[in-house]
Amino acid sequence: MNRLLLKNADGADPNGSWSRDPEGIQSAEGANRNQTAKIGLRLFLVVVSSLFFLFLLASIARSQMSDWLPLTEPLAPLANPWQLWVNSAFLVLSCIALQWARMAARQARLNATVIGFVVGGVFAIAFLAGQFWVWQQFVAWGYFVASNPANSFFYLLTGVHGLHLLGGLVAWGRTVARFLNRVPLPQLSASVELCAIYWHYLLGLWIVLFALLTSTPQTYEAIARLCGLR
Amino acid sequence: MAYAEQAETEALHEPKSFLTKYIWSQDHKVIAVQYSLTALFVGLIAVVLSGLMRMQIGFPGSLAFMDASAYYQAMTMHGMIMVIYLLTALFLGGFGNYLIPLMVGARDMVFPYVNMLSYWFYLLAVVVLLSSFFVPGGPTGSGWTLYPPQSITQGTPGVEWGIVLMLVSLAIFIVAATMGGLNYVTTVLQARTHGMTLFRMPLSVWGIFMASIMALLAFPALFVSAVMMLFDKLLGTSFFMPAIISLGQQLDHQGGSPILFQHLFWFFGHPEVYIVALPAFGLVSDLISTHARKNIFGYRMMVWAIIAIGVLSFVVWAHHMYVSGMNPYFGFFFAVTTLIIAVPTALKVYNWVLTLWHGDIHLTVPMLFALAFIVTFLVGGLTGLFLGNVIVDIPLSDTYFVVAHFHMVMGVAPVLVVFGGIYHWFPKVTGRLLNDTLGKLHFWITFLGTYAIFFPMHYLGFQGMPRRYYAYDNYAFIPQSAQELNAFITVVALTVGVSQLLFVFNLAWSTFKGKPAGGNPWGAASLEWQTPNTPPIHGNWGAKLPVVHRWAYDYSVPGIEQDFVPQTISAEELEQMRQLSAGTRAADVKT
Repeated sequence: MNRLLLKNADGADPNGSWSRDPEGIQSAEGANRNQTAKIGLRLFLVVVSSLFFLFLLASIARSQMSDWLPLTEPLAPLANPWQLWVNSAFLVLSCIALQWARMAARQARLNATVIGFVVGGVFAIAFLAGQFWVWQQFVAWGYFVASNPANSFFYLLTGVHGLHLLGGLVAWGRTVARFLNRVPLPQLSASVELCAIYWHYLLGLWIVLFALLTSTPQTYEAIARLCGLR
Repeated sequence: MAYAEQAETEALHEPKSFLTKYIWSQDHKVIAVQYSLTALFVGLIAVVLSGLMRMQIGFPGSLAFMDASAYYQAMTMHGMIMVIYLLTALFLGGFGNYLIPLMVGARDMVFPYVNMLSYWFYLLAVVVLLSSFFVPGGPTGSGWTLYPPQSITQGTPGVEWGIVLMLVSLAIFIVAATMGGLNYVTTVLQARTHGMTLFRMPLSVWGIFMASIMALLAFPALFVSAVMMLFDKLLGTSFFMPAIISLGQQLDHQGGSPILFQHLFWFFGHPEVYIVALPAFGLVSDLISTHARKNIFGYRMMVWAIIAIGVLSFVVWAHHMYVSGMNPYFGFFFAVTTLIIAVPTALKVYNWVLTLWHGDIHLTVPMLFALAFIVTFLVGGLTGLFLGNVIVDIPLSDTYFVVAHFHMVMGVAPVLVVFGGIYHWFPKVTGRLLNDTLGKLHFWITFLGTYAIFFPMHYLGFQGMPRRYYAYDNYAFIPQSAQELNAFITVVALTVGVSQLLFVFNLAWSTFKGKPAGGNPWGAASLEWQTPNTPPIHGNWGAKLPVVHRWAYDYSVPGIEQDFVPQTISAEELEQMRQLSAGTRAADVKT
């Protein structure tokens, strides 16, 4: 064995099994430039997923401490989270509009694309305004950021999610400005596509956050047990 | 249409003014130099801080301003700067930026604008970090791990401003690293030229590629902990802060979990070790192969080892927390995973040694640094096996043995690769060679010096000398001999620190006055040495992108006179070279 190893290392045998040009498992010709931005965005979404996964894990770990006062208790702000349902509806409508714009862009229908895209952004702004309204309700009810860890995580998670949507709206605003400058549709369809992908992801993320934030203490406990945090 | 073809047909946006060429540049090569110079600058500050610390340890009281607070501030900033702002930034932002497009045959990164933003965010992070030296209370002195509750409790230096600036700076750095990382990964996936398959990429690219993926997944953990700690500090939440009495006062916090912070921090912190180590592994593989004129031994194994180490490094983090009071079964699990990660790591060391076996070793300055890396990494890695075991770690925890271990394995070893890499690729960046004599002097002082510094620390650790103490006099359990050893270490540390000026001088002098290097001074086979211009111009390759026909390690191919075959040589051209070599040999025999 050792002799074989050293003979290979010697390079004396040009066909030695460990010293050949390994060629490749994937052709370098397959890469398509139009996919590059999409791949970059998807990678970014993996990073965002890692971020929220860790935030959620931290919140589940923290929820198992005795001072955690669930927000879903009777008389707590999320006992009947109708406002969050309204906000969720805004985000769903936003995604539908953007998806419509995306499909219209593929079919090169300029007007439909613009309308769908703008309406999508407006619903997203409505979602953010709605979230802000929920925050104000929390404050009005005396549920401040530092008064309980459950509140802290509510503000933190909704805030970070909102900031991501706000970042998306910056890209949306730039694209709208390019529409207004009459940049031709083929040059803009990629931006519409990217915005739609990003919005759908943020909707999925919001559903997970919504589900967790409105979960009962028993659900938190079950997840914590599952993760070995209890 | 394939990416490479599209890249060929597109017009290049040449930078027109000085500002867009050298300051707001989107060219990966300029950004790489910007990253590297900034990182080396903060690195020098960290070296000065370590000198100040060593003065206090070796000659207590010799510096009037070095009180306990100043000592802890110097220690914290030294650690954080070295790990994050020097090594991570230099390997990914510096080497990654320069080498990835050139080594895979691309014109630039796929998102040049984002790449530029990445550097400017990094610079902002550095400015915010360094500004903490000038705010009331100075920088934070909570240790580079920033453990709460201590880091944000009164009594710790820099508790008002320093810790806030540190956390904000880290958050900005993570944004920068994310923008960079997305670029590096996407460029490797999308912008490789014709024939550059994944398994033809040089190991440098593999190391940086994997480290970038890890950075993208691990840095969010640091971001989460930084944001949550900022909330605790500024908004009075209790994510990490337990009920606590500080200076006789009951604080408003209650119920928070300091251990939660430790888990989050080390979930980032351990992959971070490999975010630094994997690029070093990759670069050193290329240095060894080139300067030993041998193909790298077990290329595929090396790639899979990089991937295995990257994956495993996410399940070993709690070996930093054996003494934190966590569940003992966790300790067992993490000890096992820690020992498993030694397998692919050892495999790499064996393969480097086997690459050297019967090689035509040229003891150039880059090669000296590469060989020194193997030895240093081996020593540091072996002490890691001690510390990875719970029962050995517990008595050695928080002693100088740990300080010696991590400085060897992730301080000195990667820095040796940084130097080796700079000596190796400097001719491509500037078109000139670094001065050889100065380089050798720099190498021997640094290599022998760092051994003289860190080797004795193992003994100090065994003697029970605790780390993180501001002064070691007047402790009965620390003998006089340890004090003398400390004085010795300090003298060497200062010598090594000052000798880095040789390197700085060499860099500055050789940039303008160095010997012209030509396009390929080391006779290297990888793609970056085959550019039509040296230094490469904007767009790297002229009108046509290169076509790759082979891997990057065809050295000393039998039957070929030239002892390397560039990646761009096709099978037909190789056959011609072979016939030409045979003809030359026949003529030699006749004469």
